[in-house]
Amino acid sequence: MLTLECPYCGVTAEETELAPGYEAHLKRFGPGSTDEQFNDYMFARKNPKGVHFERWRHAYGCGKWFLAARCTATLEVFGTYPAQVGAPPEDIIAKIKARRPEWVME
Amino acid sequence: MRRYSAFAIAREALRNHLGWEKAWRDAQPKKHYDVIIVGAGGHGLASAYYLGKNFGITNVAIIEKGWLGGGNTGRNTTIIRSNYLQDPSAAIYEKARSLYETLSQDLNYNVMFSPRGLLMLAQTHHEARGYLRTVHANMLQGVATEYITPERVKELVPIINIDGPRYPILGALYQARGGTARHDAVAWGYARACSAMGMDIIQQTEVKGVRSEAGRVTGVDTTKGFIGCGKLGIVVAGHSGQVADMAGFRLPVEAVALQALVSEPIKPCMDVVVMANTVHGYMSQSDKGEMVIGGGTDGFNNFTQRGSFHHIEETLRALVETFPMISRLKMLRQWGGIVDMTGDRSPIISKTPLAGCFINCGWGTGGFKAIPGSGWAMAELMAKGEPGPLAAEFDMWRFKEGRFIDESVAAGVAH
Repeated sequence: MLTLECPYCGVTAEETELAPGYEAHLKRFGPGSTDEQFNDYMFARKNPKGVHFERWRHAYGCGKWFLAARCTATLEVFGTYPAQVGAPPEDIIAKIKARRPEWVME
Repeated sequence: MRRYSAFAIAREALRNHLGWEKAWRDAQPKKHYDVIIVGAGGHGLASAYYLGKNFGITNVAIIEKGWLGGGNTGRNTTIIRSNYLQDPSAAIYEKARSLYETLSQDLNYNVMFSPRGLLMLAQTHHEARGYLRTVHANMLQGVATEYITPERVKELVPIINIDGPRYPILGALYQARGGTARHDAVAWGYARACSAMGMDIIQQTEVKGVRSEAGRVTGVDTTKGFIGCGKLGIVVAGHSGQVADMAGFRLPVEAVALQALVSEPIKPCMDVVVMANTVHGYMSQSDKGEMVIGGGTDGFNNFTQRGSFHHIEETLRALVETFPMISRLKMLRQWGGIVDMTGDRSPIISKTPLAGCFINCGWGTGGFKAIPGSGWAMAELMAKGEPGPLAAEFDMWRFKEGRFIDESVAAGVAH
Protein backbone atom coordinates (compact mmCIF):
# COMPACT_ATOMS: atom_id res chain seq x y z
CA MET A 1 0.00 0.00 0.00
CA LEU A 2 1.17 3.48 -0.89
CA THR A 3 2.17 5.55 2.14
CA LEU A 4 2.97 9.26 2.03
CA GLU A 5 4.05 11.62 4.80
CA CYS A 6 1.86 14.68 5.12
CA PRO A 7 4.27 17.66 5.18
CA TYR A 8 1.88 19.71 7.32
CA CYS A 9 0.94 17.40 10.17
CA GLY A 10 3.86 14.95 9.82
CA VAL A 11 1.57 11.92 9.80
CA THR A 12 2.65 8.98 7.69
CA ALA A 13 -0.66 8.34 5.97
CA GLU A 14 -1.78 5.26 4.09
CA GLU A 15 -3.43 5.58 0.72
CA THR A 16 -6.93 5.09 2.17
CA GLU A 17 -6.42 8.25 4.25
CA LEU A 18 -5.51 10.31 1.20
CA ALA A 19 -7.30 11.60 -1.89
CA PRO A 20 -5.31 11.71 -5.14
CA GLY A 21 -5.24 14.88 -7.23
CA TYR A 22 -3.09 13.96 -10.27
CA GLU A 23 -0.42 16.16 -11.89
CA ALA A 24 1.10 19.00 -9.86
CA HIS A 25 2.65 22.33 -10.88
CA LEU A 26 0.14 22.91 -13.68
CA LYS A 27 0.27 26.49 -14.88
CA ARG A 28 -3.20 27.91 -14.65
CA PHE A 29 -4.72 29.60 -17.72
CA GLY A 30 -8.04 31.39 -17.79
CA PRO A 31 -9.71 34.35 -19.49
CA GLY A 32 -7.38 35.97 -22.04
CA SER A 33 -5.43 32.81 -22.78
CA THR A 34 -5.39 31.11 -26.17
CA ASP A 35 -7.44 27.96 -26.84
CA GLU A 36 -4.18 26.04 -27.05
CA GLN A 37 -3.01 27.19 -23.61
CA PHE A 38 -6.37 26.49 -22.03
CA ASN A 39 -6.52 23.04 -23.63
CA ASP A 40 -3.05 22.17 -22.34
CA TYR A 41 -3.92 23.40 -18.86
CA MET A 42 -7.19 21.45 -18.80
CA PHE A 43 -6.26 18.21 -20.56
CA ALA A 44 -2.67 17.73 -21.78
CA ARG A 45 -0.78 15.73 -19.16
CA LYS A 46 2.85 14.65 -18.90
CA ASN A 47 1.80 11.18 -17.73
CA PRO A 48 5.47 10.08 -17.42
CA LYS A 49 6.60 6.51 -16.93
CA GLY A 50 9.03 7.48 -14.20
CA VAL A 51 9.31 10.53 -11.96
CA HIS A 52 5.95 12.22 -11.45
CA PHE A 53 5.01 15.26 -9.37
CA GLU A 54 1.47 15.03 -8.14
CA ARG A 55 -1.12 16.49 -5.80
CA TRP A 56 -2.56 14.67 -2.84
CA ARG A 57 -4.96 15.74 -0.11
CA HIS A 58 -4.74 14.47 3.42
CA ALA A 59 -8.49 13.94 3.21
CA TYR A 60 -9.04 11.94 6.39
CA GLY A 61 -6.40 13.87 8.37
CA CYS A 62 -5.62 17.57 8.38
CA GLY A 63 -7.51 18.04 5.10
CA LYS A 64 -4.75 20.01 3.38
CA TRP A 65 -3.38 19.64 -0.15
CA PHE A 66 0.27 18.73 -0.50
CA LEU A 67 2.57 17.58 -3.30
CA ALA A 68 4.53 14.38 -3.76
CA ALA A 69 7.35 13.18 -6.02
CA ARG A 70 6.83 9.54 -6.95
CA CYS A 71 7.97 7.06 -9.59
CA THR A 72 5.05 5.71 -11.64
CA ALA A 73 7.15 2.80 -12.93
CA THR A 74 8.18 1.43 -9.51
CA LEU A 75 5.82 3.20 -7.04
CA GLU A 76 8.88 4.50 -5.15
CA VAL A 77 8.17 7.72 -3.24
CA PHE A 78 10.97 10.32 -3.28
CA GLY A 79 9.36 12.77 -0.90
CA THR A 80 6.48 15.11 -0.15
CA TYR A 81 6.38 18.89 0.21
CA PRO A 82 3.90 21.70 0.87
CA ALA A 83 1.76 22.88 -2.02
CA GLN A 84 2.63 26.59 -1.81
CA VAL A 85 5.45 26.33 -4.37
CA GLY A 86 5.61 26.79 -8.14
CA ALA A 87 8.25 24.12 -8.69
CA PRO A 88 9.68 21.17 -6.73
CA PRO A 89 12.09 22.29 -3.96
CA GLU A 90 15.84 21.65 -4.18
CA ASP A 91 15.94 18.92 -1.53
CA ILE A 92 13.28 16.88 -3.36
CA ILE A 93 15.16 17.23 -6.66
CA ALA A 94 18.37 16.13 -4.90
CA LYS A 95 16.58 13.07 -3.51
CA ILE A 96 15.30 12.16 -6.98
CA LYS A 97 18.74 12.68 -8.58
CA ALA A 98 20.32 10.45 -5.92
CA ARG A 99 17.99 7.62 -6.94
CA ARG A 100 17.64 8.41 -10.67
CA PRO A 101 20.95 9.95 -11.87
CA GLU A 102 19.80 9.94 -15.52
CA TRP A 103 16.58 11.85 -14.76
CA VAL A 104 16.20 15.41 -16.04
CA MET A 105 13.51 17.84 -14.94
CA GLU A 106 11.10 18.51 -17.83
CA MET B 1 -4.16 -21.53 -43.70
CA ARG B 2 -6.12 -24.71 -43.10
CA ARG B 3 -9.67 -24.00 -41.93
CA TYR B 4 -10.85 -25.24 -38.57
CA SER B 5 -13.95 -27.42 -38.86
CA ALA B 6 -15.60 -30.56 -37.48
CA PHE B 7 -14.12 -32.37 -40.48
CA ALA B 8 -10.61 -31.12 -39.56
CA ILE B 9 -11.01 -32.48 -36.02
CA ALA B 10 -12.07 -35.88 -37.40
CA ARG B 11 -9.17 -35.87 -39.87
CA GLU B 12 -6.61 -35.01 -37.20
CA ALA B 13 -8.09 -37.54 -34.79
CA LEU B 14 -7.19 -40.24 -37.32
CA ARG B 15 -3.54 -39.15 -37.56
CA ASN B 16 -2.56 -38.35 -33.98
CA HIS B 17 -3.13 -34.61 -34.38
CA LEU B 18 0.10 -34.20 -36.32
CA GLY B 19 -1.40 -32.03 -39.05
CA TRP B 20 -2.34 -28.90 -37.08
CA GLU B 21 -0.51 -25.83 -38.30
CA LYS B 22 0.74 -22.99 -36.12
CA ALA B 23 -2.02 -20.43 -35.83
CA TRP B 24 0.23 -17.61 -37.02
CA ARG B 25 3.73 -17.26 -38.46
CA ASP B 26 6.51 -15.90 -36.29
CA ALA B 27 7.71 -13.15 -38.61
CA GLN B 28 10.94 -11.18 -38.84
CA PRO B 29 10.67 -7.55 -39.98
CA LYS B 30 11.01 -6.57 -43.64
CA LYS B 31 12.58 -3.23 -44.61
CA HIS B 32 9.32 -1.48 -45.45
CA TYR B 33 5.57 -1.92 -45.04
CA ASP B 34 2.61 0.06 -46.34
CA VAL B 35 1.24 0.14 -42.79
CA ILE B 36 2.79 -0.51 -39.40
CA ILE B 37 0.55 -0.99 -36.39
CA VAL B 38 2.32 -0.63 -33.04
CA GLY B 39 0.71 -2.92 -30.49
CA ALA B 40 -0.52 -6.49 -31.07
CA GLY B 41 -3.36 -6.40 -28.60
CA GLY B 42 -7.00 -6.83 -29.56
CA HIS B 43 -7.39 -3.30 -30.92
CA GLY B 44 -4.15 -3.36 -32.93
CA LEU B 45 -4.82 -6.78 -34.44
CA ALA B 46 -8.43 -5.87 -35.24
CA SER B 47 -7.25 -2.65 -36.91
CA ALA B 48 -4.86 -4.68 -39.08
CA TYR B 49 -7.49 -7.33 -39.83
CA TYR B 50 -10.08 -4.84 -41.10
CA LEU B 51 -7.39 -3.02 -43.13
CA GLY B 52 -6.93 -6.30 -44.97
CA LYS B 53 -10.52 -7.45 -45.04
CA ASN B 54 -12.31 -4.17 -45.82
CA PHE B 55 -9.64 -2.32 -47.80
CA GLY B 56 -7.33 -4.97 -49.26
CA ILE B 57 -4.25 -3.52 -47.53
CA THR B 58 -2.17 -6.55 -46.52
CA ASN B 59 1.44 -5.31 -46.63
CA VAL B 60 1.12 -4.71 -42.90
CA ALA B 61 3.31 -5.35 -39.86
CA ILE B 62 2.02 -5.48 -36.31
CA ILE B 63 4.87 -4.78 -33.88
CA GLU B 64 4.55 -5.87 -30.26
CA LYS B 65 6.88 -5.13 -27.34
CA GLY B 66 5.89 -8.21 -25.35
CA TRP B 67 3.75 -11.07 -26.55
CA LEU B 68 0.56 -10.97 -28.55
CA GLY B 69 -2.52 -10.18 -26.46
CA GLY B 70 -0.44 -9.94 -23.28
CA GLY B 71 -1.53 -6.47 -22.23
CA ASN B 72 -5.05 -5.43 -21.37
CA THR B 73 -6.52 -7.92 -23.86
CA GLY B 74 -5.33 -10.65 -21.49
CA ARG B 75 -6.23 -8.73 -18.34
CA ASN B 76 -9.86 -7.67 -18.63
CA THR B 77 -13.13 -9.17 -17.39
CA THR B 78 -14.36 -10.00 -20.93
CA ILE B 79 -17.64 -8.09 -20.66
CA ILE B 80 -19.39 -6.99 -23.85
CA ARG B 81 -22.19 -4.41 -23.87
CA SER B 82 -23.28 -1.34 -25.81
CA ASN B 83 -25.82 0.34 -23.49
CA TYR B 84 -24.18 3.76 -23.64
CA LEU B 85 -25.90 7.12 -23.35
CA GLN B 86 -24.07 9.28 -25.87
CA ASP B 87 -24.74 8.66 -29.58
CA PRO B 88 -21.12 8.28 -30.78
CA SER B 89 -20.39 5.77 -27.99
CA ALA B 90 -23.55 3.75 -28.60
CA ALA B 91 -22.75 3.64 -32.33
CA ILE B 92 -19.20 2.28 -32.02
CA TYR B 93 -19.88 -0.09 -29.09
CA GLU B 94 -23.01 -1.46 -30.81
CA LYS B 95 -21.00 -1.95 -34.02
CA ALA B 96 -18.47 -3.88 -31.95
CA ARG B 97 -21.14 -5.94 -30.20
CA SER B 98 -22.86 -6.80 -33.48
CA LEU B 99 -19.50 -7.83 -35.00
CA TYR B 100 -18.90 -10.08 -31.97
CA GLU B 101 -22.14 -11.93 -32.83
CA THR B 102 -20.57 -13.41 -35.97
CA LEU B 103 -16.88 -13.04 -35.15
CA SER B 104 -16.26 -16.77 -34.69
CA GLN B 105 -17.61 -17.51 -38.19
CA ASP B 106 -15.86 -14.48 -39.66
CA LEU B 107 -12.43 -15.41 -38.24
CA ASN B 108 -12.95 -19.21 -38.40
CA TYR B 109 -11.86 -19.17 -34.77
CA ASN B 110 -14.10 -19.82 -31.79
CA VAL B 111 -14.09 -16.65 -29.70
CA MET B 112 -16.82 -18.14 -27.48
CA PHE B 113 -19.05 -15.09 -27.68
CA SER B 114 -21.78 -15.70 -25.15
CA PRO B 115 -24.66 -13.18 -25.32
CA ARG B 116 -25.90 -14.24 -21.91
CA GLY B 117 -27.44 -10.91 -20.96
CA LEU B 118 -26.08 -8.08 -18.87
CA LEU B 119 -27.63 -6.18 -15.97
CA MET B 120 -26.64 -2.82 -14.57
CA LEU B 121 -28.30 -2.55 -11.18
CA ALA B 122 -30.05 0.64 -10.14
CA GLN B 123 -29.47 1.05 -6.41
CA THR B 124 -30.33 4.71 -5.89
CA HIS B 125 -33.24 6.72 -7.28
CA HIS B 126 -30.80 8.89 -9.15
CA GLU B 127 -29.25 5.85 -10.78
CA ALA B 128 -32.71 4.43 -11.65
CA ARG B 129 -33.64 7.67 -13.42
CA GLY B 130 -30.28 7.67 -15.20
CA TYR B 131 -30.84 4.15 -16.54
CA LEU B 132 -34.38 4.98 -17.67
CA ARG B 133 -32.86 7.84 -19.63
CA THR B 134 -30.27 5.46 -21.10
CA VAL B 135 -33.00 3.01 -22.15
CA HIS B 136 -34.82 5.84 -23.96
CA ALA B 137 -31.58 6.95 -25.62
CA ASN B 138 -30.83 3.35 -26.62
CA MET B 139 -34.29 3.07 -28.26
CA LEU B 140 -33.45 6.04 -30.48
CA GLN B 141 -29.97 4.64 -31.19
CA GLY B 142 -31.30 1.19 -32.16
CA VAL B 143 -29.62 -0.56 -29.23
CA ALA B 144 -31.93 -3.16 -27.66
CA THR B 145 -32.10 -2.54 -23.91
CA GLU B 146 -34.91 -2.45 -21.38
CA TYR B 147 -35.52 -1.34 -17.81
CA ILE B 148 -36.63 -4.22 -15.59
CA THR B 149 -38.12 -4.55 -12.10
CA PRO B 150 -36.37 -5.97 -9.01
CA GLU B 151 -38.56 -9.11 -9.28
CA ARG B 152 -37.32 -9.73 -12.81
CA VAL B 153 -33.73 -9.14 -11.60
CA LYS B 154 -34.26 -11.84 -8.96
CA GLU B 155 -35.63 -14.22 -11.64
CA LEU B 156 -32.59 -13.67 -13.83
CA VAL B 157 -30.09 -13.80 -10.95
CA PRO B 158 -31.39 -16.11 -8.20
CA ILE B 159 -28.25 -15.61 -6.06
CA ILE B 160 -28.74 -11.85 -5.79
CA ASN B 161 -29.92 -10.08 -2.64
CA ILE B 162 -32.46 -7.53 -3.88
CA ASP B 163 -33.26 -5.96 -0.52
CA GLY B 164 -29.88 -5.33 1.03
CA PRO B 165 -29.83 -2.93 3.96
CA ARG B 166 -27.67 -0.25 2.36
CA TYR B 167 -28.58 -0.20 -1.30
CA PRO B 168 -31.68 -2.29 -2.13
CA ILE B 169 -32.12 -3.01 -5.83
CA LEU B 170 -34.71 -0.72 -7.40
CA GLY B 171 -34.48 -2.05 -10.95
CA ALA B 172 -31.91 -2.66 -13.63
CA LEU B 173 -30.84 -1.71 -17.13
CA TYR B 174 -30.92 -4.99 -19.04
CA GLN B 175 -29.19 -5.70 -22.33
CA ALA B 176 -30.22 -9.21 -23.34
CA ARG B 177 -27.59 -9.48 -26.10
CA GLY B 178 -24.73 -8.26 -23.97
CA GLY B 179 -22.44 -10.88 -22.48
CA THR B 180 -18.89 -12.15 -22.56
CA ALA B 181 -16.34 -13.68 -24.94
CA ARG B 182 -13.06 -15.53 -24.53
CA HIS B 183 -10.54 -12.67 -24.39
CA ASP B 184 -7.41 -14.59 -25.52
CA ALA B 185 -9.30 -16.19 -28.38
CA VAL B 186 -10.26 -12.76 -29.72
CA ALA B 187 -6.57 -11.79 -29.96
CA TRP B 188 -5.53 -15.21 -31.28
CA GLY B 189 -8.36 -15.34 -33.83
CA TYR B 190 -7.50 -11.91 -35.25
CA ALA B 191 -3.78 -12.79 -35.24
CA ARG B 192 -4.39 -16.01 -37.16
CA ALA B 193 -6.57 -14.23 -39.72
CA CYS B 194 -4.02 -11.40 -40.14
CA SER B 195 -1.18 -13.87 -40.59
CA ALA B 196 -3.24 -15.80 -43.17
CA MET B 197 -3.62 -12.58 -45.19
CA GLY B 198 0.20 -12.30 -45.30
CA MET B 199 0.63 -9.73 -42.52
CA ASP B 200 3.71 -9.95 -40.27
CA ILE B 201 3.18 -10.17 -36.52
CA ILE B 202 6.52 -9.22 -34.97
CA GLN B 203 6.62 -9.97 -31.24
CA GLN B 204 9.29 -9.15 -28.63
CA THR B 205 10.19 -6.00 -30.56
CA GLU B 206 9.96 -2.64 -28.86
CA VAL B 207 9.46 0.62 -30.71
CA LYS B 208 12.13 3.08 -29.57
CA GLY B 209 11.45 6.04 -31.81
CA VAL B 210 9.29 7.39 -34.62
CA ARG B 211 11.04 8.88 -37.65
CA SER B 212 9.57 11.54 -39.89
CA GLU B 213 10.55 13.73 -42.84
CA ALA B 214 8.94 17.08 -43.60
CA GLY B 215 6.16 16.43 -41.10
CA ARG B 216 5.30 13.00 -42.47
CA VAL B 217 6.01 9.67 -40.77
CA THR B 218 8.62 7.47 -42.51
CA GLY B 219 9.04 4.58 -40.08
CA VAL B 220 9.94 3.42 -36.60
CA ASP B 221 13.18 2.59 -34.83
CA THR B 222 12.84 -0.69 -32.98
CA THR B 223 15.00 -3.07 -31.00
CA LYS B 224 15.31 -4.98 -34.31
CA GLY B 225 16.39 -1.91 -36.28
CA PHE B 226 14.62 0.64 -38.45
CA ILE B 227 11.41 -0.42 -40.20
CA GLY B 228 9.97 1.92 -42.80
CA CYS B 229 6.26 2.52 -43.36
CA GLY B 230 3.82 4.59 -45.37
CA LYS B 231 1.35 4.90 -42.51
CA LEU B 232 1.71 4.31 -38.80
CA GLY B 233 -1.01 3.32 -36.35
CA ILE B 234 -0.33 3.66 -32.62
CA VAL B 235 -2.57 1.25 -30.69
CA VAL B 236 -0.75 0.72 -27.41
CA ALA B 237 -3.29 1.50 -24.64
CA GLY B 238 -1.39 2.18 -21.41
CA HIS B 239 1.79 3.38 -23.13
CA SER B 240 0.04 5.66 -25.64
CA GLY B 241 1.57 8.75 -24.06
CA GLN B 242 5.08 7.31 -24.36
CA VAL B 243 4.74 6.40 -28.07
CA ALA B 244 2.95 9.68 -28.84
CA ASP B 245 5.90 11.46 -27.22
CA MET B 246 8.23 9.70 -29.72
CA ALA B 247 5.98 10.96 -32.52
CA GLY B 248 6.19 14.47 -31.10
CA PHE B 249 2.76 15.18 -29.65
CA ARG B 250 1.06 15.02 -26.28
CA LEU B 251 -2.21 13.30 -25.46
CA PRO B 252 -4.95 14.12 -22.96
CA VAL B 253 -4.38 10.74 -21.36
CA GLU B 254 -3.29 9.50 -17.93
CA ALA B 255 -2.37 5.90 -17.14
CA VAL B 256 -3.84 4.26 -14.04
CA ALA B 257 -4.15 0.69 -12.78
CA LEU B 258 -7.40 -1.26 -13.02
CA GLN B 259 -7.66 -4.58 -11.21
CA ALA B 260 -9.64 -7.76 -11.60
CA LEU B 261 -9.76 -11.06 -9.78
CA VAL B 262 -11.29 -14.52 -10.03
CA SER B 263 -12.56 -16.93 -7.40
CA GLU B 264 -12.09 -20.65 -7.18
CA PRO B 265 -14.33 -22.44 -9.70
CA ILE B 266 -17.81 -23.38 -8.50
CA LYS B 267 -20.85 -24.99 -10.10
CA PRO B 268 -22.91 -22.81 -12.46
CA CYS B 269 -24.85 -20.30 -10.36
CA MET B 270 -25.15 -17.13 -12.43
CA ASP B 271 -25.67 -17.04 -16.19
CA VAL B 272 -25.78 -13.27 -16.69
CA VAL B 273 -23.28 -10.46 -16.15
CA VAL B 274 -24.17 -8.20 -13.21
CA MET B 275 -22.75 -4.73 -12.71
CA ALA B 276 -23.42 -2.77 -9.53
CA ASN B 277 -22.14 0.72 -10.18
CA THR B 278 -23.25 2.45 -7.00
CA VAL B 279 -21.37 0.07 -4.73
CA HIS B 280 -18.85 -0.46 -7.54
CA GLY B 281 -18.27 -4.07 -8.36
CA TYR B 282 -19.23 -6.35 -11.19
CA MET B 283 -19.28 -10.08 -11.59
CA SER B 284 -19.90 -12.85 -14.08
CA GLN B 285 -19.19 -16.56 -14.09
CA SER B 286 -16.65 -17.95 -16.53
CA ASP B 287 -17.16 -21.19 -18.43
CA LYS B 288 -14.66 -22.78 -16.04
CA GLY B 289 -16.90 -21.80 -13.11
CA GLU B 290 -14.76 -19.03 -11.65
CA MET B 291 -16.53 -15.87 -10.56
CA VAL B 292 -14.83 -13.09 -12.56
CA ILE B 293 -14.80 -9.86 -10.59
CA GLY B 294 -13.88 -6.29 -11.38
CA GLY B 295 -13.99 -3.00 -9.57
CA GLY B 296 -12.69 0.53 -9.78
CA THR B 297 -9.42 2.07 -10.87
CA ASP B 298 -6.79 3.51 -8.57
CA GLY B 299 -6.66 7.27 -8.42
CA PHE B 300 -3.00 7.83 -9.23
CA ASN B 301 -0.71 7.47 -12.24
CA ASN B 302 0.78 4.02 -12.35
CA PHE B 303 2.56 1.81 -14.90
CA THR B 304 3.28 -1.21 -12.70
CA GLN B 305 0.29 -3.47 -13.58
CA ARG B 306 -0.30 -3.75 -9.82
CA GLY B 307 -3.18 -2.04 -8.10
CA SER B 308 -3.93 -0.97 -4.56
CA PHE B 309 -4.98 -3.66 -2.15
CA HIS B 310 -7.79 -1.65 -0.58
CA HIS B 311 -9.65 -1.59 -3.91
CA ILE B 312 -9.95 -5.36 -3.79
CA GLU B 313 -11.44 -5.11 -0.33
CA GLU B 314 -13.92 -2.43 -1.42
CA THR B 315 -14.97 -4.39 -4.50
CA LEU B 316 -15.45 -7.63 -2.59
CA ARG B 317 -17.31 -5.88 0.23
CA ALA B 318 -19.76 -4.49 -2.33
CA LEU B 319 -20.23 -7.85 -4.02
CA VAL B 320 -20.64 -9.84 -0.80
CA GLU B 321 -23.43 -7.45 0.11
CA THR B 322 -25.03 -7.96 -3.32
CA PHE B 323 -24.39 -11.73 -3.51
CA PRO B 324 -24.22 -13.03 0.09
CA MET B 325 -23.47 -16.61 -1.04
CA ILE B 326 -20.01 -15.65 -2.33
CA SER B 327 -18.81 -14.66 1.15
CA ARG B 328 -17.10 -18.03 1.69
CA LEU B 329 -15.43 -18.20 -1.74
CA LYS B 330 -11.66 -18.15 -1.96
CA MET B 331 -10.11 -15.82 -4.48
CA LEU B 332 -7.65 -17.56 -6.79
CA ARG B 333 -5.90 -14.86 -8.76
CA GLN B 334 -5.75 -11.08 -8.87
CA TRP B 335 -4.06 -8.89 -11.46
CA GLY B 336 -3.87 -5.35 -12.76
CA GLY B 337 -3.73 -3.69 -16.15
CA ILE B 338 -2.68 -0.18 -17.10
CA VAL B 339 -5.57 1.72 -18.65
CA ASP B 340 -5.31 5.00 -20.52
CA MET B 341 -7.96 7.41 -19.26
CA THR B 342 -9.00 10.50 -21.22
CA GLY B 343 -10.64 13.61 -19.79
CA ASP B 344 -14.16 12.60 -20.92
CA ARG B 345 -13.63 8.83 -20.47
CA SER B 346 -14.20 8.24 -24.21
CA PRO B 347 -11.61 6.87 -26.63
CA ILE B 348 -9.50 8.68 -29.21
CA ILE B 349 -9.46 7.38 -32.81
CA SER B 350 -7.78 10.16 -34.63
CA LYS B 351 -5.35 11.67 -37.05
CA THR B 352 -2.41 13.26 -35.26
CA PRO B 353 -0.23 16.36 -35.78
CA LEU B 354 2.20 14.05 -37.63
CA ALA B 355 0.97 13.28 -41.16
CA GLY B 356 0.50 9.58 -41.88
CA CYS B 357 0.42 8.78 -38.15
CA PHE B 358 -2.85 7.74 -36.54
CA ILE B 359 -3.75 6.93 -32.97
CA ASN B 360 -6.31 4.66 -31.35
CA CYS B 361 -6.22 4.94 -27.56
CA GLY B 362 -8.06 6.15 -24.48
CA TRP B 363 -10.35 3.11 -24.19
CA GLY B 364 -9.75 3.34 -20.46
CA THR B 365 -11.57 0.69 -18.50
CA GLY B 366 -13.87 -0.40 -21.35
CA GLY B 367 -11.67 -1.56 -24.19
CA PHE B 368 -12.34 -5.27 -24.61
CA LYS B 369 -15.99 -4.89 -25.60
CA ALA B 370 -15.02 -2.41 -28.30
CA ILE B 371 -12.29 -4.39 -30.07
CA PRO B 372 -14.07 -5.23 -33.37
CA GLY B 373 -15.71 -1.80 -33.70
CA SER B 374 -12.50 -0.01 -32.78
CA GLY B 375 -10.53 -1.99 -35.37
CA TRP B 376 -13.23 -1.37 -37.98
CA ALA B 377 -13.17 2.40 -37.40
CA MET B 378 -9.36 2.59 -37.16
CA ALA B 379 -8.93 0.63 -40.42
CA GLU B 380 -11.28 3.02 -42.22
CA LEU B 381 -9.42 6.03 -40.81
CA MET B 382 -6.01 4.64 -41.83
CA ALA B 383 -7.05 3.42 -45.27
CA LYS B 384 -8.86 6.62 -46.31
CA GLY B 385 -6.83 9.10 -44.29
CA GLU B 386 -10.10 10.57 -43.03
CA PRO B 387 -12.38 9.18 -40.31
CA GLY B 388 -15.59 7.41 -41.25
CA PRO B 389 -18.87 7.96 -39.37
CA LEU B 390 -17.87 5.69 -36.45
CA ALA B 391 -14.62 7.53 -35.66
CA ALA B 392 -15.55 11.05 -36.73
CA GLU B 393 -16.37 12.40 -33.26
CA PHE B 394 -13.54 10.64 -31.43
CA ASP B 395 -10.75 12.90 -32.72
CA MET B 396 -8.09 14.16 -30.31
CA TRP B 397 -8.96 17.84 -30.88
CA ARG B 398 -12.43 17.50 -29.34
CA PHE B 399 -11.01 18.47 -25.96
CA LYS B 400 -9.69 21.79 -27.22
CA GLU B 401 -12.96 22.48 -29.03
CA GLY B 402 -15.23 21.41 -26.17
CA ARG B 403 -16.95 18.58 -28.08
CA PHE B 404 -16.74 16.06 -25.23
CA ILE B 405 -18.36 12.64 -25.45
CA ASP B 406 -18.89 12.69 -21.74
CA GLU B 407 -19.34 9.10 -20.64
CA SER B 408 -17.73 9.79 -17.26
CA VAL B 409 -20.94 11.51 -16.29
CA ALA B 410 -23.25 9.44 -18.49
CA ALA B 411 -22.06 5.99 -17.55
CA GLY B 412 -21.59 6.50 -13.83
CA VAL B 413 -18.45 4.77 -12.66
CA ALA B 414 -17.93 1.39 -14.27
CA HIS B 415 -17.32 1.80 -17.96
